[in-house]
Amino acid sequence: MLAKRIIPCLDVKNGRVVKGVQFRNHRDMGDICELAQRYADDGADELVFYDITASSEGRVVDKSWVNKVARLINIPFCVAGGIRTHNDAEKILNDGADKISINSPALERPELISDLAKTFGSQCVVVGVDSRREDGSYFVYQYTGDQRTTIKSRYSTSRWVSLVQKLGAGEIVLNCMNNDGMINGYDIVQLSSIRKILTIPLIASGGAGEMHHFQDVFNKCDVSGALAASVFHSDIFRISDLKNFLKQKKVEIRL
Amino acid sequence: MIAVVNSGGANISSVNFALKRLGAEVTFTNDPNIISNAQKVILPGVGTAATAMKRLKEFKLIDCIRNLTQPVLGICLGMQILFEHSQEADIDLLGVIPGKLKRFNESNCGIVPHMGWNKVQIITKSELLNQIPQNTYFYFVHSFFMGESQNTLGISNYGENFSAVISFNNFFGCQFHPERSGRYGAQILKNFLEI
Repeated sequence: MLAKRIIPCLDVKNGRVVKGVQFRNHRDMGDICELAQRYADDGADELVFYDITASSEGRVVDKSWVNKVARLINIPFCVAGGIRTHNDAEKILNDGADKISINSPALERPELISDLAKTFGSQCVVVGVDSRREDGSYFVYQYTGDQRTTIKSRYSTSRWVSLVQKLGAGEIVLNCMNNDGMINGYDIVQLSSIRKILTIPLIASGGAGEMHHFQDVFNKCDVSGALAASVFHSDIFRISDLKNFLKQKKVEIRL
Repeated sequence: MIAVVNSGGANISSVNFALKRLGAEVTFTNDPNIISNAQKVILPGVGTAATAMKRLKEFKLIDCIRNLTQPVLGICLGMQILFEHSQEADIDLLGVIPGKLKRFNESNCGIVPHMGWNKVQIITKSELLNQIPQNTYFYFVHSFFMGESQNTLGISNYGENFSAVISFNNFFGCQFHPERSGRYGAQILKNFLEI
């Protein structure tokens, strides 16, 4: 049986791992390669690097760290942030990333998903979806990297994820905005309902604060993996401890 | 010298990096002469079988690979194209190993592609699997698969049993990505270098 994946997400800014609150006041957390190796050694099943370096300053974002990480670690990793074109994606995959993840550019130009899937294969095309609950319905938000630019897209979450799958994405990361940063658990209701309409892997994101939150999301939503950032960065618990806990709770986990 | 076949496409440099971490001397090439004369050959590959076959044809590598007599390791799609035929776009492959690839069925498996860490059960001993414990997890990413056959060394299960590791004469194959499968993946590459 396929093991449930534990996926730490590292925010990268100007080639360093950072941690911020609501995308502000970024604090330096350390060297990308050192942290990547530490998480890989501690049992991460996959890593996601979210490059939050502002590209709006009219310059090309330096992604030379992608190649360094690829040379170093022996688990898969995905690069998100600032990938707007076919060429952007190709460069990152050539540098050794296993997957690329796109979000707002896919909403601007959904055909980017099919273009990337046809060229590189569905397996390396991940689409990140930021979803917010409003009056009992879920809607996709765009440009969520900065509160000042965030807007509601024209898609309901269910309509968008169906289209994303149809266009050939290999995986969806659903970031549940209402839960994000609240550390009171993943959005079980939303993740369950989205899981039911997809046949591609779904990764839960947003809300992890305690070990049993992971147990809940795996048991109740049948997601393929769970993404988390702050619980690992702040050393609330270690990946190895979390995986031992989940194994004891009979969740299929790679130790 | 190990030749890693540059069959084109993105996302194959990780195999080179993994071999370099093991201290191997690696040449990344699509030159038939270099490949024919290498001590060992690795055939990586991601993407679609149709694209991979088209590129091998373009680089005049089809007969070159078919005629190799040194140890060859196909990885993921690189293993799949060693077989005869794929349901994917109904195309003919290299045909060095008997067998036809099928696609995982959503109604059977629920979720396709088969992506993530899955256990491999060793059913036939091989030097490729030295020091690999029974039921070790490896990292898979694929939608097509080869069923179990007499050439299967290790099986995995996703809705049904399929070949995770195979060997046939001098040809070996891993359906998973040893270069992205942690220390046991590295052990398999090391074993291959020592064959």
